[in-house]
Amino acid sequence: MAVTFGWPPSRLPSVHSGFGWTKPLLRIPDTPSAHHFPVTTIESPATQAPTPRNIPVVRRVSDRVFRGILIAGGLAAFIILSGIFGYLAKSATPVLKAFGFEFFTGSVWYSGDGLLASEGSVDPAQFGLLPMLWGSLLIAFVAVAIALPLAVGVALAVTYMIPKKLALPLTIFIDLVAAIPSIVFGLWGFYVLMPHGALWAQWLNTNLSWVPFFQVEFPAFEQSPFMAGIVLAIMITPIIAAVAREIFAAVPRDLITGAQALGASRWTLIRDVVLPFGRGGIIGGAMLGLGRALGETIAVFFVLQLFTEGTNWFHILESSGGSVASLIVSRFGEAQPLELSALFGAGLALFLITLLANAGATAIVAASTRKRK
Amino acid sequence: MSDLLTIPAPHEPWKVSDPLFTAQQLITHLGTPLLAALITVLSPVSGYSGFFVVWLPLHVITAGLLGKYGHRKKDFANTTLEVLMGAALVVFGTFVASVMWPVVSNGIAGFHFSLLTQDASATEVDAPLNVGGMGHAILGSLIIVGAATAISVPIGVLAALYVTEVRGKLTPFVRFFVQAMSGVPSIVAGLFVYAALVVSGLLQFSGLAGAIALSILMLPTVARTAEEILRLVPDDLRTAALALGGTQWRVVRMVVLPAARSGLITAAILGIARVAGETAPLLLTAFGNTAFNANPVSDSMSALPLYVFSQMLLGGENDVARAWVACLVLLVIVGVLFTTARVVASKMKKA
Repeated sequence: MAVTFGWPPSRLPSVHSGFGWTKPLLRIPDTPSAHHFPVTTIESPATQAPTPRNIPVVRRVSDRVFRGILIAGGLAAFIILSGIFGYLAKSATPVLKAFGFEFFTGSVWYSGDGLLASEGSVDPAQFGLLPMLWGSLLIAFVAVAIALPLAVGVALAVTYMIPKKLALPLTIFIDLVAAIPSIVFGLWGFYVLMPHGALWAQWLNTNLSWVPFFQVEFPAFEQSPFMAGIVLAIMITPIIAAVAREIFAAVPRDLITGAQALGASRWTLIRDVVLPFGRGGIIGGAMLGLGRALGETIAVFFVLQLFTEGTNWFHILESSGGSVASLIVSRFGEAQPLELSALFGAGLALFLITLLANAGATAIVAASTRKRK
Repeated sequence: MSDLLTIPAPHEPWKVSDPLFTAQQLITHLGTPLLAALITVLSPVSGYSGFFVVWLPLHVITAGLLGKYGHRKKDFANTTLEVLMGAALVVFGTFVASVMWPVVSNGIAGFHFSLLTQDASATEVDAPLNVGGMGHAILGSLIIVGAATAISVPIGVLAALYVTEVRGKLTPFVRFFVQAMSGVPSIVAGLFVYAALVVSGLLQFSGLAGAIALSILMLPTVARTAEEILRLVPDDLRTAALALGGTQWRVVRMVVLPAARSGLITAAILGIARVAGETAPLLLTAFGNTAFNANPVSDSMSALPLYVFSQMLLGGENDVARAWVACLVLLVIVGVLFTTARVVASKMKKA
């Protein structure tokens, strides 16, 4: 097959056929008169497609160094995370070796004289993390149960009810609330919320005691998982609201106008268009809030009575609960080496759980974002 | 002829002036809370919580009734949804106000100028408010947060630059781990630094150990904000600079980073606001102190959140008053930082 170069003239509109030569849009005779154009004809076998020329790139030394530094910076997060895992696991080894899996399933945390029974202790130490692990989860669930409806309501109101001019300052305000230090919430929870919250808890207990969650063994209502859950709920509401609002604001305009053109009211619009579309964002935001609530320390420390000799499974109004982070802060100061090692084990468990919650949240949000595109 | 010259006012058929409807809305949304307040006062229920319990169902009912029988009909589900959305805003706002208000009122009530300048080394439990203060904690916070910024901002910007400039195979990996890092509980960061640096004897309980713990928490915030900002730098700038013969390093240093400068400042400020109030990691690393200490590598150091924590544990009336003042100082610092970041960012977006 003959391919001619120099013909057709390059000014003619042409289209690239995708096989390495240019196909004219206008039909022009293949062999023009030799008087007009110099024509060279090259015979080439049709089987041999022209291969792209390989342009070797030699980066300068400065660029190679620079890229190396950037890669190092990019990997910093990974290095730090594996460092956290490695050091916590290493420091927790003595206790993990001594107790094995019972460290996570035992339900008594007792430091005794700081020695193990095998070391000839008269008052052997015993470290079981279950009450604290379950307590952390319980508090976080209470917090999410309160915060989720609140946050979705706020996000919906900001996106679909409030006038646009008010919506922007309100969004900034919500972000600002997310930045309030946790120690402020600790102080607030202890001095402002607890007197009110104890009354609410008492009311729930007297009027709704047929709900198993609201039963108590001892009628002391302060410093309960319920109280800690309220404090955490206020802390994570802006986080969930921010994620949900972003997704709600990303609902395609044509879906909304389409629904409105079909006669949707605000309620039907939200029920049939916005919520199905934003489900991933809401769930992801809730898990993000869950992770934050699991790891919160100081705000919980003041409003929760730690109970280390058994698990409070679901009596959320009872003035005894558990929180891994709070345990670490309260025991750290007076811990002997063995208990310190147990605290590192507690930190390791907390780290892994929050990592799991966070990774799940990221995956869900990412999946719902991909679906959108 | 003159008819042709007058320009008719544009029709805005969506802007219907309907005074009857406005009046009805006003009656529903202002009258119901008033009615609820009246019922709360007259009946045995009392307090803010009592008011809320009365008001919410009442508002749902009045809005529903006026939607069904009033001017311009509305579905019951629709009015209820609107009331509930409004209620979510009100509840959230009330809680936030109840957090802010005691801090502001107690903070101003307990404020003494000496609180900002003196340290607490001579302050006994429940000492009067004009004896001693939080000067050492403010100094400590400045040093610790400053050092944390110096550590985490360069690393965070490098991580962001990797994602936006190198765009290599590791990009999703890097983003995933930065995201995962943002979920690390603050206490775990403290434990890690304690295990890695303090137990092993590399550092004492010190300001630097605290700064390293805080930089772990700060890094993901900085990296993610910086990445967003660097994405805003147009690719045309990069390609133009490369076409002029710049190496990648020169392109980044002389074009990309200057273009994103104010945004990177925003990233740093947001990171500072994120960690300025962290208590738990500092308890395990900087440990807290009652005297001025300006040396970040030797001896324990205090910080504002640690000061609040220790004063609150003392528990005397004046100690708690001091804690509220410190909270106010903290809140003002975080608020100012946050607002600055927002202003800088919005200016950049306009430019």
